[in-house]
Amino acid sequence: MANVNSALAALSDPTRRQVFQRLQSGALSVGEIAQDLPVSRPAVSQHLKVLKDAGLVADRAEGARRVYHIDPRGLAAIRAWLDQFWDVALEAYAAEVTRSEKER
Amino acid sequence: MQRTIMPAPVRKSVRVSAPRERAFEVFTAGIGRWWPKTHHIGAADLDTHVIEPRQGGRWFERCVDGSECEVGKVLVWDPPARLVLAWQLNADWKYDPNLITEVDVQFIAESASDTRVELEHRNLERMGDGVDTIRQKIDAPDGWGALLQLFAQSATQA
Repeated sequence: MANVNSALAALSDPTRRQVFQRLQSGALSVGEIAQDLPVSRPAVSQHLKVLKDAGLVADRAEGARRVYHIDPRGLAAIRAWLDQFWDVALEAYAAEVTRSEKER
Repeated sequence: MQRTIMPAPVRKSVRVSAPRERAFEVFTAGIGRWWPKTHHIGAADLDTHVIEPRQGGRWFERCVDGSECEVGKVLVWDPPARLVLAWQLNADWKYDPNLITEVDVQFIAESASDTRVELEHRNLERMGDGVDTIRQKIDAPDGWGALLQLFAQSATQA
């Protein structure tokens, strides 16, 4: 199980999030990911490494090439999202309590 | 490959400037006034969120076109101390009547005018039941898209 903070941190980078989203439609090689993004192959490799360390993606050999796919066990991503979601929601809730108390 | 996944519950604590009764009331009756509008499941724009004030009550969202989408239900209704909601949205952000993750909210009086609200969202591993199903969903074009889009939105706002 990947560290949740690392999953959250990994997805907080917009480019890395793009790399991750590119894998939604299926497994891709580094070159295929780099084709659609304004990022160099080495940069994509680096992003994939971070995502892999965070447990969000995994890789496997496919013939002579290596392809990357979203790790289905990466519930860390869901948890990370919920974690952030509740931060946003509870902040709004606390603000609403303050606002409604002032009106009374 | 099957593997048991046990993500830790999400735990949050927030302190609000109101007595317990008011804190509970704003959380439940007033949920439509604070629930992030960007986070909803209906096709049309979100109008409001509703928690029916009783055990077994519905928790749903209403869109501006009048359509209603279930989010979950009330498992424990114990004002002003505690509220347990069933969050029944799966990893695809769709309502699933067979999925129950629990959102346990406790309202603890810190003083006559301050309340500490502790929230725990647990049983997240149930979202991972059936790894094959999840894998199919991930491979589908509309799979994780919705969730990630939401994540991106909130990350941008943060």
